[in-house]
Amino acid sequence: MKKSMKFLAVAALAAVGFGIIAADHIDAPAVQGTTADITDYYAFQGENTSNLVFVANVQGLLSPSATGSASFDENVMVEFNIDNTGDNVEDLVIQAIPRDGKMYFFGPVAPGTPGATSMVQENATNTVSVDITPYGSNAITASNNGMMAFAGPRDDPFFFDFGKFTDILAGNATGFDANGTDTFAGSNVMSVVIEVPKSSLGGSGTLNTWVEAKKK
Amino acid sequence: MKKLIRNILGLALLATMGLTSCDKDDNMMNPVDNGPDFSGTYMTADQMGRPAINTVFVPSGMKDNFNVTPPSQMGAMYASAFADGLRALSPAYANPGDANALGLDADTFGSVLATDILTVSTTGTTTFYDGTNVLTGRNLADDVITVELLLIFGGEDFSENPGLTDDNVNANDKAFDTSFPYLASPW
Repeated sequence: MKKSMKFLAVAALAAVGFGIIAADHIDAPAVQGTTADITDYYAFQGENTSNLVFVANVQGLLSPSATGSASFDENVMVEFNIDNTGDNVEDLVIQAIPRDGKMYFFGPVAPGTPGATSMVQENATNTVSVDITPYGSNAITASNNGMMAFAGPRDDPFFFDFGKFTDILAGNATGFDANGTDTFAGSNVMSVVIEVPKSSLGGSGTLNTWVEAKKK
Repeated sequence: MKKLIRNILGLALLATMGLTSCDKDDNMMNPVDNGPDFSGTYMTADQMGRPAINTVFVPSGMKDNFNVTPPSQMGAMYASAFADGLRALSPAYANPGDANALGLDADTFGSVLATDILTVSTTGTTTFYDGTNVLTGRNLADDVITVELLLIFGGEDFSENPGLTDDNVNANDKAFDTSFPYLASPW
């Protein structure tokens, strides 16, 4: 018991240094609270099992009253990165960038240059664009070239008793509650969802993937 | 000097006129709508592979830099900090030889986590962890926090520190859709 208390104290100290927040919500000072703050990233097999789905959420912790006025930033591109050769360098990207009420998707396409600096790959053959779904409307989706696209506000799919976790790390609790409280219940995010044929992603069974928010 | 300034002004004027006439020509000769302007250079501001990695493991002074480091360089830069973080955070890594249920000790697990990418299967089940498959993707409904708590605090067989290995929030506050776009409508 003594030992575990000591470790909790150490954990509490560590937490202060680490500034634990959530999935990726407000994870670092430079992006916290900005339109480029990624909250979560998902990649999973689609309802059509020949497809993979990529989801990026930005601008987390939107209350319902704040969601109607939230919008995607035209200076922020969401870029899904796909490494299909196992070296953790992207071989393909899917770029999503808003213009005038629509979200435009480019790719899967080879990046001009891999890494932190990108141009929009306007010459990609795989493209789809979709009207950004307004708050309060049914989801608007679009498809092209075997791809499906969505962009707009959604319920934050992340769930975690983050409040209790901070209590534990602060030394104010020794463990989680038997019935936890979802700190993210009732809050929204701005979502970008793209579904593409697996055959367009290459590789031999496993892909390394990550998402970036890139600012102009 | 005066003349030089006048010449510069003259050149500037010419340039302006030139630009104006170019625009005019464009409008007259290209009635086609060129579509939105996507030009420019975009620089990484935030990035993410697995959930909660930057928030949990990266020391506070390094979080911004972690967000702009290409994944291929993350391992070399952050593996030892992540291992130290695991040892500081969890009694499950306190003793030499301690490992998690994947058989990874603090150094090895720290090294795996430091390269913040999400591996995704293109041939089968996609899940963060379902009891059988490990890190073959991430579904909306996956209880990723409990999985991470188990791997951080649960020790070799998930039995250690039972009060810390499950937040007992096991599902989202809204049901997901089985069809595109899968996420639930906003509150």
